[in-house]
Amino acid sequence: MNREDDGNELVVDGPTTFPVGRRDFLKLTSTGVLVLMAVDSAHGVQETARPQTGRQGYPTDVNAYLHIGADNHVTCFVGKVELGQGAMTALSQLLAEDLDVALSSVEIVCGDTDLCPWDMGTFGSLSIRSFGPVLRDAAAEARGVLLLLASERFQVPAEKLGVKAGVVTVAGDAAKKVTYGQLTEGKRIERKLESRPALKPVKAFTIVGTSAPRRDAQDKVTGKAKYAGDIVPAGALHARVLRPPAHGATLAQVDTSAAEKIPGVRVIRDGDLVAVLHEHRDEADKALALVKAQFTRNDPPVDNATIFDHLVKKAPRGQTPASGGDVAGFMGPADRMFEQIYFDSYMAHAPMETHSAVAAVENGKVTVWAGTQTPFPVKNQIMQALRLPADKVRVITPYVGGGFGGKSASRQAVEAARLATLTGKPVRVVFSRDEEFFYDTFRPAAVLKITSALDASNAIVLWDYQVYAAGERGAAHFYNIANHRTTVYGGWGGGGTAGYHPFAIGPWRAPGASTNAFARESHIDVMAAKAGMDPVEFRLKNLTDPRMIRALKAAAAKFGWVPKAAPSGRGVGVACGIDAGTYDTLMVEVVVDKATGKVQVTRVVCAQDQGVIVNPEGSLQQVEGCITMGLGYTFSEEIRFKGGEVLDKNFDTYPIPRFSQVPRIDTVFIDAPDVPAQGCGEPAIVPLGAAVANAIFDAVGARVLQLPMTPARVKAAMKP
Amino acid sequence: MRLVSFTLNGKPTRLTVDEDRMLLWVLRDDLGLTGTKFGCGQALCGACTVLVNNEAVRSCATSMKDVQGKQVVTIEGLATGDRLHPIQEAFVTHLGFQCGYCTPGMILGAHALLHKNPKPTRAQIIAHMDEYLCRCGAHVRIIQAIESVAGTAQGGVR
Repeated sequence: MNREDDGNELVVDGPTTFPVGRRDFLKLTSTGVLVLMAVDSAHGVQETARPQTGRQGYPTDVNAYLHIGADNHVTCFVGKVELGQGAMTALSQLLAEDLDVALSSVEIVCGDTDLCPWDMGTFGSLSIRSFGPVLRDAAAEARGVLLLLASERFQVPAEKLGVKAGVVTVAGDAAKKVTYGQLTEGKRIERKLESRPALKPVKAFTIVGTSAPRRDAQDKVTGKAKYAGDIVPAGALHARVLRPPAHGATLAQVDTSAAEKIPGVRVIRDGDLVAVLHEHRDEADKALALVKAQFTRNDPPVDNATIFDHLVKKAPRGQTPASGGDVAGFMGPADRMFEQIYFDSYMAHAPMETHSAVAAVENGKVTVWAGTQTPFPVKNQIMQALRLPADKVRVITPYVGGGFGGKSASRQAVEAARLATLTGKPVRVVFSRDEEFFYDTFRPAAVLKITSALDASNAIVLWDYQVYAAGERGAAHFYNIANHRTTVYGGWGGGGTAGYHPFAIGPWRAPGASTNAFARESHIDVMAAKAGMDPVEFRLKNLTDPRMIRALKAAAAKFGWVPKAAPSGRGVGVACGIDAGTYDTLMVEVVVDKATGKVQVTRVVCAQDQGVIVNPEGSLQQVEGCITMGLGYTFSEEIRFKGGEVLDKNFDTYPIPRFSQVPRIDTVFIDAPDVPAQGCGEPAIVPLGAAVANAIFDAVGARVLQLPMTPARVKAAMKP
Repeated sequence: MRLVSFTLNGKPTRLTVDEDRMLLWVLRDDLGLTGTKFGCGQALCGACTVLVNNEAVRSCATSMKDVQGKQVVTIEGLATGDRLHPIQEAFVTHLGFQCGYCTPGMILGAHALLHKNPKPTRAQIIAHMDEYLCRCGAHVRIIQAIESVAGTAQGGVR
C-alpha cells in the first residue's frame, strides 16, 4: 500500500512494475557492468535503517534516479510528470544541487514506467515536498560515493576533496582533479556508503533558490512540445468511442452499418466498447455521427437544485478528524451564536488538452503515450484490462496539457491500449471537449454547516463544523477555539454509497480545501462583522499559529490594509488557508456592479509561506496560476446536470477565467529557511473564493453563501 | 476532393483534399504539423489558432476551401531557423505559459494583434486576447510578454 499522508489519490497500488523497469533501464542507459564495488551485507542493514517517512514505494538504489555518463552528462529519472507546473525544472535543480553538478549538464526524464522509478502520481503538491527529499537523498548518496572513489583514487582523505560542477579537486594539489564521468565511466554506481551523507544546508545552496529557466520553454513556444495527441506512430488510427448520453445508461442496440460505408473506416465492437477508427480525426468524427445507438437510461433522480438535500440525506457516516473541549454541552447567549450553511457546486477540471493517449503494440508489448498524472497506476490498469504482465506494458508521459487533478483518472489510456490490441494498429484516443466534460471526475458539490459562538471579548468559543462531500482536506480550522468539532461526511475521493454522486468525482486542485476555506473563512467574517471588528484584527485575536500570524501580517503590509469593520463599502476582503504544508493569506479588492451583480476583482495580494523555495519565479507562476484559475470556481464554474446527463459540454456554457477578469496580483513569499520546502501548486487557490466573498460583503453588505458567486447569486444576496 | 493550393509557412503547398475538411485536421493528420492544437472543436478556446493572411483564425472552424490561394502560418513557421520570433522570445522571457498547450494559439493570436496594431494598449491587448483561453493561469505573464514586444509595458504590474 502506498498512500501518502494526505491521501489524495483514487488509485492506490504498489511499485509492482519497478523491477522490470530496472532491467530495461539498464539496457537503455548502460551496459550494466558494475563499475564500482559490490554491496556487502552491512550496507543492507544501513538501507533498512533509513527513515521511511514519505518514501514508501520509492526504490532506495540511487541508480533508479540518476545516471552519470562518461561525458559528465547527467540523466535524472523521475516518476513525476510535467503538467505545466515546472516540476522538470525544479526537480532538476534539486538533483544538481545535492549532486554538485552544473544544472546545464542535467537532463530529466519524467513519467516513463520503463525508465523512471515508481511513483504514485503527480498531485497533492507532493513533487517537491514529498518526492524532493527522496531525490535529494539519492543525489547526496551518489555524491558521497563519488567522493569516496576519488579519495581512493588520489589516496587522500575525503575531507581534502572539493566538488564543483561535477569535478572533484584536491585541496592544495591543483594537479589532482577528476570528473564524475571519469569516476563512473558511464556505469552504474554500485558502491554503498557506511552512513548516509548529510544533505546540504539551505545556506549552502547555489542552484536551489534560483529562478533557473524553465526547461520546457523552447519546446512550448515553437510547437515542438509533444503532447500525447501529437505522438503519431506509423499507420496510427484515430478512434472515436461511442458514448452514452447519460451516466448510468447502458447500450441496448447499435447499428454501425452507415459508418462502415465511409472509405477507410474500421468499426470495432468489444462488449460495450464500440469505436469507429480512421486515419483522420475528422473522418472518424463523421463516422461516429453515423452510428445509430439506443441506450437504456438509468438516471439518478437528482439535478443541480436537488443535489444538496440529497448529499445531506444520503451522507455516509461522519468522521471526526479534529475536536476538543465540549461542543455538545456548550451553552451561550443566542445573540452570540452563529449558524450558517454554505454550498459548493460540481466543477470541471477543463484542462486545455483533453484526455489523450496513443497506444502501439509491438512484439506483444503495449506502449501507451498518455496525458496522465498517474503513469504507474495507469500501467497497472492497462495490465489488468489486457491481462498482461508488467514487462508487456509501458506508459510514457509526454508533456501534459494541464491536469489539476483531472488527469489522475485516465480511461482514455486504457481504451487506446484495448483498441490497439483489437485492431493490431496504433490507436489514438483524443477526447472531444464533450467527452472531456462528460467523463471528468468533477470537484464535488458540497454542503457545509457551521455553528459557532463568540464570548464577550470576541474570542471564538464554539466551532461545530460539518462538511458533506467536500472531504477532510482543509476541513479542520486553525484558530484558537476551546470547544470545537470537525465532522466530515464523505469526500472527493468517494466514501459515499453508490449513487451518492450522479457521476464520477475526484481531486480538483487542492481538493476540498477551497470548499472548506470558503465556508470557514466566510463564517469567520460573519462573526467579525457581528462583533463590529475589522476582519484582520478579529483573526489576529483568535489565532495563535505563528506561521499564520506572520502570513496575515505580511499580506496586510503589502496590501496596505486599513482596519475597518465590514461592510465598509470599500470592497476589500481577507481569507487564510493552510494546504500542502503551506500557509497563505489572500487579500482582495473587488468592484461590485449592484445593477447586475457582476463582480470584478481588481487586486489580489498573496502572502505565502511555503518554506524553502526551490525556484522563486516558478513559485510565482504557481501562485498567479492558482489565483487566476481560482476566479473560475469563485465566479462562474458550475456543472449543470439532470440525472446522469451532463448539460455543460463546452466552454460556451462553462465559462473559465479570461484575460479581462485577471486582477493585478502581488505576491509576497515569506522568508522561512527553517521550514523544509512545502507545496506550491495548490495552496494559493484555497482562500480565494472566501476572500472574494468577504470583499463582496464589505462592498455591499451582502453575504453570498454558494460557490460559484454568479451575478445572479450576488444579486439575490443583495435583496433586502 | 479538389486541389487546394496555398502557402504554408512560406512554402507553396498543393493538396488534393475534401475541401470541406477543417484546416486543423489537415494540418495535424495529413501534414504532421502538430503544433496546432485541438482544444474545443467549436472555435471557443483558441488553441487551434493559425494565421491566414496575417489574421488569426480558428483552424477547427476554417475549411480547406477558405485557405485556397492564401498564406497560412502555423507555430512551426514563426521562428527563422533557430532564431525565435520576438513574440516567442517574449513568451520565454516572461514565462507566458505553463502547460504550453494554449501557447501556439496565444502566440499567433498576439502576432495577429501586433500586425494590425503594433502599439496596443493594455486594454486593447486584453480585449483582443479575451477570446483565447488558458487554464493554467498564465494570463498576467502573457499580457506582459505582448506588452514587451509592443514596447508598451507599464511596469510594476504583475
